Amino acid sequence: MIGRYAVRFAALGYLTLLLALPVGYVFWRTFRHGFWPAWHAVTTPDALHALKVTLILAGIAVPANTIFGVLAGLAIVRYRFRGAGVFNAVVDLPLALSPVVVGLALLLLYGRGGWLDGHHVVFALPGMVLATMFVSLPFVVREVVPVLREVGTEQEQAASTLGANAWQTFWRVTWPAIRWATAYGVVLTTARALGEFGAVSVVSGRLAGQTESLTLYVQDRYQGFDEVGAYASAVVLALIAVTTLIVMTALKPKKEAR
Amino acid sequence: MAARAEPLPGRAQAAPALAVGVSTLYLSVVVLLPLAALAWHAHGWSSISSPEAVAALKLTLLLSLVVAVINAVAGTAIAWTLVRDRFFGQSFVNALVDLPFALPTIVAGLVLLTLYRDLAFTRWGILAALLFVTLPFVVRTVQPMLLELDTEMEDAAASLGASRLATFRRVILPTILPAILSGVALAFARAIGEFGAVVLISGNLPFKTEVLSVYVFGRIESGDPGGAAAASVAILGISFAVLLAIGGLRRLVTRHDR
Repeated sequence: MIGRYAVRFAALGYLTLLLALPVGYVFWRTFRHGFWPAWHAVTTPDALHALKVTLILAGIAVPANTIFGVLAGLAIVRYRFRGAGVFNAVVDLPLALSPVVVGLALLLLYGRGGWLDGHHVVFALPGMVLATMFVSLPFVVREVVPVLREVGTEQEQAASTLGANAWQTFWRVTWPAIRWATAYGVVLTTARALGEFGAVSVVSGRLAGQTESLTLYVQDRYQGFDEVGAYASAVVLALIAVTTLIVMTALKPKKEAR
Repeated sequence: MAARAEPLPGRAQAAPALAVGVSTLYLSVVVLLPLAALAWHAHGWSSISSPEAVAALKLTLLLSLVVAVINAVAGTAIAWTLVRDRFFGQSFVNALVDLPFALPTIVAGLVLLTLYRDLAFTRWGILAALLFVTLPFVVRTVQPMLLELDTEMEDAAASLGASRLATFRRVILPTILPAILSGVALAFARAIGEFGAVVLISGNLPFKTEVLSVYVFGRIESGDPGGAAAASVAILGISFAVLLAIGGLRRLVTRHDR
């Protein structure tokens, strides 16, 4: 019995010191002078612009990676093609790569002296979109693949035997089976896209009010000794993260029950 | 009706071509092309044998190893508490474990720095940041294994007079060890490349608190993309080795299942 309490105490203590206390403390610091100073700090023109940039990045990367994720899941599980093993490994690559390396790779491709130089990609929004797409790419695929494997092809073959075309088979049979897994993947993709820092930081050029996303804005404010601004925008991002957690928790049972 | 007699081939040609073709093209443009540019530009090997680069590499490997070991113990203890223990607020704690996945890394760094101000510009600070962002990996790989684990073997061991510690070490640990190692490898890979959580805390003091990703960022900023690319290839090599190790461990885990 003592052993059990010791493990519980140690595990919860570790979580409290590392996660709960620091996150809670930043919330307290942000609002200790009341709600309005924090509100004014996140509604300055630069802050609002940073929020807009972040929303644009996610608004392009998430739909693109969702469509890719479903297609790639079908490609990996349903159709045998040459190079499927390599394809599978490349999909996982963004999970293992340092964000700085991702940013550098884009810089070398689209920057001065790169193969695709001269299209105003880096130090501008398109480069940041590409960076966001890169780092948030694997999440939908990784959620969809195991579900497609598990449901098998019997129902799809039945539909097809009964005369359904590929489009009908997908929308009536395959999609209902994978929609919750896709939704879960979309949540993970969104969280990653909104929170990306390193890759975006390298390709953005960091022009305040132009190419600054909300995560870059947090660093900018912190290093400019604007504590209220840094904490308030960090809290905005943290609130998005907490919302993500709540949606994840709500989706998990649906995803598993199917 | 001729189409009905042979429904499969028609569907099996058009749909796969679309799914495989589109997703391969997307993957090539978003992921492979930038990485090819990175490999192409990776010259200046002298810059990765510079004392500063070697110090950064050593520090990164050392910190990642420590992170791996701490995660193995803490992650297993947290997974254990979540599966085998019962206490008030357990599902809240379970959701909290995913917070580092949802929280932007720059916010993670800011949050730790705000509460633990003394950790600024120290190796301990970097360690704390890495522990924060890698927390979920071991918990989330070990948890499902513990859930599946049959308690019969433990009861048998206990009835034969084994202490709780002996039961854990001789019965439970061998079963969950592949899962622990798999989670540890993921945490290690993440720690090698982490940037956002570290950048505010480290202070980037060469030879003291400069990790590899921060070193690469510094090379980019000082206009040496070739040197940055060379160091990136080193990071890539380590990440790839870890990915291969994870693949091997996964096979071990699945073999254990059967």
